[in-house]
Amino acid sequence: MKRALGGLLLVALLGLMLSFVLGPFVWQVITALKEPAQLSQLPPLLPEPPTAQNFAAVFSAPGFLRAGLNSVLVAVLTVLLAFALGVPASYALAKLPIAGRNPILATLLCLSMFPAIANVAPLYLLFVQLGLRDSVFAVVLSHSVFALPFTIWTLTSFFQEIPDDLYRAARVDGCGHLGILRHVVLPLAAPGLLSVGLLVLIFSWNEFLYAFTLTATEQSRTLPVAIALFPGLHEIPWGEIAAAAVLATLPTVALMLIFQRRIVSGLTAGAVKG
Amino acid sequence: MSALRERLSRYGLVAPMLAYAAGIAVLPIFFTLWLSLRRQMPIFNISEFVGLENYRFLIEDPRFWNALWNTAYFVVLAVGLELALGLGFAMLLHQRFRGRGIARALVLVPWAVPTVVAARFWEWILNADFGVLNYLLGTRINWLGDPFWAMHAAIVADVWKSTPFVVLLLLAGLQVIPEDLYRAARVDGAGAWQLFRHITLPLLKPVIFLVLLFRSMDAARVFDLIFVLTGGGPANETETLVVYSYKLMYRTLQFGYGSAVAVATFVCIFAMSMLYVMQLRKAWLVKS
Repeated sequence: MKRALGGLLLVALLGLMLSFVLGPFVWQVITALKEPAQLSQLPPLLPEPPTAQNFAAVFSAPGFLRAGLNSVLVAVLTVLLAFALGVPASYALAKLPIAGRNPILATLLCLSMFPAIANVAPLYLLFVQLGLRDSVFAVVLSHSVFALPFTIWTLTSFFQEIPDDLYRAARVDGCGHLGILRHVVLPLAAPGLLSVGLLVLIFSWNEFLYAFTLTATEQSRTLPVAIALFPGLHEIPWGEIAAAAVLATLPTVALMLIFQRRIVSGLTAGAVKG
Repeated sequence: MSALRERLSRYGLVAPMLAYAAGIAVLPIFFTLWLSLRRQMPIFNISEFVGLENYRFLIEDPRFWNALWNTAYFVVLAVGLELALGLGFAMLLHQRFRGRGIARALVLVPWAVPTVVAARFWEWILNADFGVLNYLLGTRINWLGDPFWAMHAAIVADVWKSTPFVVLLLLAGLQVIPEDLYRAARVDGAGAWQLFRHITLPLLKPVIFLVLLFRSMDAARVFDLIFVLTGGGPANETETLVVYSYKLMYRTLQFGYGSAVAVATFVCIFAMSMLYVMQLRKAWLVKS
């Protein structure tokens, strides 16, 4: 009896938790499926009948597809840049005697604590000078401000878990550092690289302040910027905003659900060990 | 010779990263400090050194103090609620039940939602005329237009978005507490509350500190959420430090004074994290 009650309580609490967590998302999907005329009346809660016209409108607006493309480009390039600079450095910091190793790691940790607002004005003025403002590259470079320290912190902790014996054996065999990195470290740390890559991808996909200040037109705007600036001059197109918001969320939520384990291990490695 | 080469190749792995990080992340911070000592308005071609003038102005600027108060209120309430709720969620997800893996994955969904999008979600739920919250409660409250409710609406939206991160860290912390401890205590006749109070909570303390540190630092630089949800209104009631600094720099193009507010923001965040670290150290000293 007591056990059955406990089970019932557990189910009730789980139900409450999941409706809080998923409710706003579900409500947005429902909204996106409603005809504009239905948005101003409740009840009914559900769309009758569901329509795809909001999604069609979002896709036919040229700015949205361009923003999606920019977001993909920015996120992928941010990961590549963070890896190109971060992987060799993390390997050296984890496995090799580097003078000043601890101060370097501490500085990187401090950098990741600075609010973006502390950086954004100089970067803005710099990119204006270089003629890079309003380009995808400006956004990528600015995203590396948080992507690089995070990559190095987390990868260093992953690389440290690779047994020293393996690395020493390769060293005795006459392998250079880049060879060891390629043939020993990278294959063994592949799950860690996946974790970090996914997290940087999500951070970059979601970032707003840099992307907002460094872009000016549709040619470089990312999805969060496009959604924040959704035209609202006369009548606010709630249905279309809802459709755009749902679409912008799908990639990261899908990655989150597919790679949940990897993402969790990346976040806890970066956080708990740090 | 070969030792030298070995050394070169070793430091060659780190040097590009260091040079890049110095250029893109460290120098700009110093540049912000320098800007904060200047009057800098690009469109009027104004650029002059004014010393500490901006900071003198800042101390007398009621809008700065308002933003600081709003930020502090937001941090304390949002992070407090996130910790309480996150602890509850984590305990729940730590139980054994069918479909636990799916439940754990679903709880993380809001964390993956871009903050701007989360703000749009809540903007629509809280809409005064067509919002579902007013419909469900049978009220007609202008949540985002009312000075009292607007800040609390922003806090609720932040709690929604950020609790998953808290759950994730706390759950990792719960999983490393040895099951034997609970078993032994149960044998000694401890009840559920005692188990929580005397085993779970003390052993979770380091993780709780980390959660508080991370979340407070993050909440203190809140921007996207408030910018989209309320724009800092009504009547600056939800204007936080970063929102104010942003408006100074990009709405009124006062890069000098805006930078001074940005510097004040990171000084505040730094002071807060130092307080946390000191507490953390104290807790560790007591333990060992």
